[in-house]
Amino acid sequence: MKEFLVFVRKEFKQVFRDPRTLLIMFGLPVAQIVLFGFALTSEVKNIDILIVDNSKDVISSQITDKIKATNYFIVQQKNIGGADIDKTFKKGGVQAVLIYPVNFSSDLSHEGKAQIQIITDGTDPNTAKTIGNYLTAIINAYQQVKFPSASIRYQILTEPRMLYNEEDNGSMNFIPGVMALILMLVCTALTSVSIVKEKELGTMEILLVSPFKPVMVLVAKAVPYFILSLINFTLILLLSVFLLHIDVKGSILLLYMESALFILTCLSLGLLISNSTNEQQTALLISMMGMMLPTIIFTGFIFPLENMPWILRTISNVVPSKWYFLIIKSVMLKGLGFQYVWKETLILILMTTVLLTIALKKFKIRLQ
Amino acid sequence: MRNLGFLLQKEFRQIFRDKTILAMMLALPIIQLMILPWAMNLDIKNINLSIVDNDHSSYSQQLITKIGSSGYFRIISADGSYKEALEHIENGSSDLIMELPSGFERNLFREGKQTIGISVDAINGSKASIGGAYLSSVISDFNVNLGINQIKVPDYKTKPLGFIEITFSTWYNPLAEYKYFFVPGVLVLLLTLIGGFMTALNIVREKEVGTIEQINVTPIKKWEFILGKLIPFWIIGMIVFSIGLLVIWAVYGITSVGSLPLLYIVAGSYMIALLGFGLLVSTFCENQVQAMFVAFFFILIFILMSGLFTAVQSMPHWARIISGFTPVSHFIKIMRMIMLKGSGFSDIRIELGYILTFALVLNAWAIWNYRKTS
Repeated sequence: MKEFLVFVRKEFKQVFRDPRTLLIMFGLPVAQIVLFGFALTSEVKNIDILIVDNSKDVISSQITDKIKATNYFIVQQKNIGGADIDKTFKKGGVQAVLIYPVNFSSDLSHEGKAQIQIITDGTDPNTAKTIGNYLTAIINAYQQVKFPSASIRYQILTEPRMLYNEEDNGSMNFIPGVMALILMLVCTALTSVSIVKEKELGTMEILLVSPFKPVMVLVAKAVPYFILSLINFTLILLLSVFLLHIDVKGSILLLYMESALFILTCLSLGLLISNSTNEQQTALLISMMGMMLPTIIFTGFIFPLENMPWILRTISNVVPSKWYFLIIKSVMLKGLGFQYVWKETLILILMTTVLLTIALKKFKIRLQ
Repeated sequence: MRNLGFLLQKEFRQIFRDKTILAMMLALPIIQLMILPWAMNLDIKNINLSIVDNDHSSYSQQLITKIGSSGYFRIISADGSYKEALEHIENGSSDLIMELPSGFERNLFREGKQTIGISVDAINGSKASIGGAYLSSVISDFNVNLGINQIKVPDYKTKPLGFIEITFSTWYNPLAEYKYFFVPGVLVLLLTLIGGFMTALNIVREKEVGTIEQINVTPIKKWEFILGKLIPFWIIGMIVFSIGLLVIWAVYGITSVGSLPLLYIVAGSYMIALLGFGLLVSTFCENQVQAMFVAFFFILIFILMSGLFTAVQSMPHWARIISGFTPVSHFIKIMRMIMLKGSGFSDIRIELGYILTFALVLNAWAIWNYRKTS
């Protein structure tokens, strides 16, 4: 036991010796929380729109004012011909063009209807669709007020209620995803170099000839990263609560247990990578370059998993962060108990066992 | 100049000697480019809805049928009470609950209006909020076609009451498919990963192994050494970029609308900027792990701020400024402009100017920071 502690202390010292490791360990979570909490939003705002008013009448300018009054749009007004619209889009200055035809309001009063043309830049489909929705809503609302005869006598109204997130705190959607992402990437990357580093430097031989059991070398490697990852998790949690004002609704104990389990899964994956490679460079390329994008995508916090083709949905099942993401959402944000997440927990336990078994099998205690 | 030739020979030999790394540099990005964009789709489909109908009247049935046939929703359960429906939200099988109160039809006739409750699982972010909006619009559409409204306003068509019709057209991507948006971005991203990581690693590796000392004692000049490192990775980067363009064409059927040479000029400049970044990182680090970590830290932030996943213009002002300081955001913007819209040189010249500035500053800084004496 004493030897074990000595080993653990050695590992800790090696981690803390390098400030750059700490940058990844603690700088990354802070940066991510700030970015996801304050900078990144799935809401579309500040849309540059060009309004071409060929009619210049009361109604068209009233609608334009309505559009200006929302804080979604930044309005430019210029009268340009059809051919120049393409040029404007190509310059990238605007994302949508709204055109009132000549005689807009006289058509409206004489013929009872008139057309507004909206052209959007489809290179960003999400923004294009959102612009369509915003403008339709604005114009329809204007119509209802301006021409009340078209409104309806019997109405079913809706009263939406935001469950779990009454203030509509946008960062809430991202936080569980960020947690899963950071723990997964940082934890795996750090452990993935741990053993291969000793192999590369030749210090592995010294460890193996020591009276210490080889398996304990692995365990001693994992312990510091396990503890550091738990601290890391605590840091993210504190930041989300105090900086982003997210309440932890469920049991803290359960949250920690589940996170500890997930950290173990990532550690096992890291050890597996470390045992299967011979160079630090390769290990890091796999754990960072290889895993970054798949983790971002298959965790399911940016792109909805149910939209993916079935084959990719199947692949997403082997990504541990996906399951952890589901657990965190249920426990932390919805405040649900263990009975709602036992399935996901079981999957993580299974993954850990499998990864750890293969990692141990691959761990060579003899040198070639 | 001869020195440079020898250095290049050495670098290429080293790169080709290590087959694992070479395969990883070429295969990882290409495989990811082939697979990942299929998963990147922000469409909201199959919104799961639980319905609690406390009224069981003909109008409530009509409304439910209308919602079911709208195509957006999958009605997964009809529950007896709100509590039962909440159970579905809690175990994740449902996104929305619509609760029709008892007396729904009666109140609608007597009072002219009736409010129904929609409960949204707001943790499920965009899906739930858009689901809620869809549901509201289906219901307001139902209002218009409600039998009693049709009877009350018989002269709807004959009386000129002003009706504004909106026509939409989506240019450059008429079906608003997400692949056009994400595929060029993913290619940029993968190029960034290779360029940023590989150069950072390579110099540091010489430091770690100790071979840099041997180079330092030779009469090789600083710029020769750095060029010797840059050129091979620049070439590899351009090869990956070309293969990437082929993959984009073969797998996704996307070809560049704009000029291909212009695209290559921009990509070439971008690679120089990126390699400068990698070099700079390597001058600050002593070993590979450090270099990887520092590079990773910045690249992850670059990616999130670049506008690949979320639109830059929606960010707050300070974040947009930070975004402007990442070369990735400019390149992604140009890629989309040239490939999808066919923008020409004059349209992108400002953005290209940014990239060239990055290339200049980062490389100058790296050369300045590289010391031949330790």
